[in-house]
Amino acid sequence: MAQEAQIVTDSGPRPIVPYLKLEPKPHLIGSKCACGAVYLDPKRVACSKCGASGPFPTVDLSERGKVYVFSVIHQSFPGIKTPYVTAIVDLPEGVSVRTNLLDVDPEQAQKEPHKIFGMPVEMVTQVASKDREGHDVIAFSFRPTRN
Amino acid sequence: MRNVYVLGTGMIKFGRYPDRTVPQLGAEAAIIALKDAGLSIKDIEFFVSGNLLQASAMVGQRILQQIGQTGIPVVNVTNACATGSTAVREAYMAIGSGMYDIALAVGCEQMGKAGLLGANRDGVTDPAYNTEGKLGSGLMPAVFGQAGIEHMRKYGTTLEHMAKISVKSHQHATKNPFSQYRNEVTLGDVMQSRMIAYPNTLYMCCPTGDGAAAAVLVSEDKLRQLAAGRKRPKIAASVLTSDPWTERDLTWPDVSTLTRSAAKQAYETAGIGPKDVSLTELHDCFATAELVHYENLQLCGDGEAAKFIEEGGGKHPDLGGHAPVNVSGGLLSKGHPLGATGVANICEVTWHLTRDDRAKERQVPDAKVGMAHVIGLGSACTIHILTM
Ligand SMILES: [Zn+2]
Repeated sequence: MAQEAQIVTDSGPRPIVPYLKLEPKPHLIGSKCACGAVYLDPKRVACSKCGASGPFPTVDLSERGKVYVFSVIHQSFPGIKTPYVTAIVDLPEGVSVRTNLLDVDPEQAQKEPHKIFGMPVEMVTQVASKDREGHDVIAFSFRPTRN
Repeated sequence: MRNVYVLGTGMIKFGRYPDRTVPQLGAEAAIIALKDAGLSIKDIEFFVSGNLLQASAMVGQRILQQIGQTGIPVVNVTNACATGSTAVREAYMAIGSGMYDIALAVGCEQMGKAGLLGANRDGVTDPAYNTEGKLGSGLMPAVFGQAGIEHMRKYGTTLEHMAKISVKSHQHATKNPFSQYRNEVTLGDVMQSRMIAYPNTLYMCCPTGDGAAAAVLVSEDKLRQLAAGRKRPKIAASVLTSDPWTERDLTWPDVSTLTRSAAKQAYETAGIGPKDVSLTELHDCFATAELVHYENLQLCGDGEAAKFIEEGGGKHPDLGGHAPVNVSGGLLSKGHPLGATGVANICEVTWHLTRDDRAKERQVPDAKVGMAHVIGLGSACTIHILTM
């Protein structure tokens, strides 16, 4: 019974990676070294830019950034739906994230790639799957900003 | 460091060998290299084996169990796609340091039809936490597709420029009997083939396959004794770099900075400049990789890769141009059996420098200096410069 109760109290959604926090609202976090380098790793051991040892303070990252580069993936592992747009998004805190780019037509992106460069984007989250223990697994993506 | 020379080389045609084992492939290349050097396995003092997919399976010892269990020291190395070239470098250092006089480096791989997507590095046990396809793509086609896109963004380069690289490499491969693919392709074929990861279409991605290559390296003293007057290439530079900290490297592997640093070190060590290089074998796992490495290796200036491809008049990277690149057909056509690749391009460069019959149809005229570049994602970059 005790075990069952625990499952019930711990059945909430879980982030797909440790640098995605779901509360109070979904946002990304990083470890920030005094030299300015930011890492998408809340438990960063040391800084590979300057060599300083951690632990480092955790910083909340912006939910808005700009697309640096992208690609359109047409072939992947079984179970991954293609084509989709993958992108490297630069955040103002000085760190970049790898993400799916939503609401951008893959065909159009290939025809006019220059329209994607520098595009302002914002983070959104979605349920990506369910884990073995039944928790919803939450992933993040970016899409063109809507005002 | 003492001077180190390439005395013998051997490779088997890259392709598919489903009825052979990895050590058998390596053994075959080793025997060819030993014969080429005029030596037997009994002469070898130190052996380095490069293999990636069986990295924990003592491939080097298993090769000796095929060709001669002489009890010599064996080191198995792995360094992603730079595995084979790292094996060459370990052998180079063993001789250069003065510890040994004759060393053998073998690279071999059997990939079957496994894709070149790359390993899943998430390290998660519940697949629900796999990020591939959910948080973008970290696989090879995405990494190198984006490298081409970055060039597009910076310089306005087009897919057509990149596709021309594949046309050129396929053309070269028709002259290489060791190449996995030997078919010519047109620009239309390349641009209209199936898109894998924009901007790389199928013909702009290297195939997977099996293969092996070997090189026997010797000290200067041994060269005098063994070469019997034959001139052999000197390893004028053997450089290895890892990825330094750069802005986006941990999110999206930066394949350029470590190559640039390796090139700079290699030119300085060899005491030459890019203009002195007669031929270059560079790591064209994707056409977009070759594009950015033209600039990274200083074969042309920054932002000039598209012009470098387009330009006629003996300047382009074609065989017959003054900076021929991947006359073997490159990874795009010759194939890329991971651990074998870095040794195979030492073979290719050596053959041109020594007017070896194995380079006959594609011989670069007056070849005196050759460069071999390999990059393994994760990342490792090697550059070898060979001179006559
Ligand atoms: Zn730091």
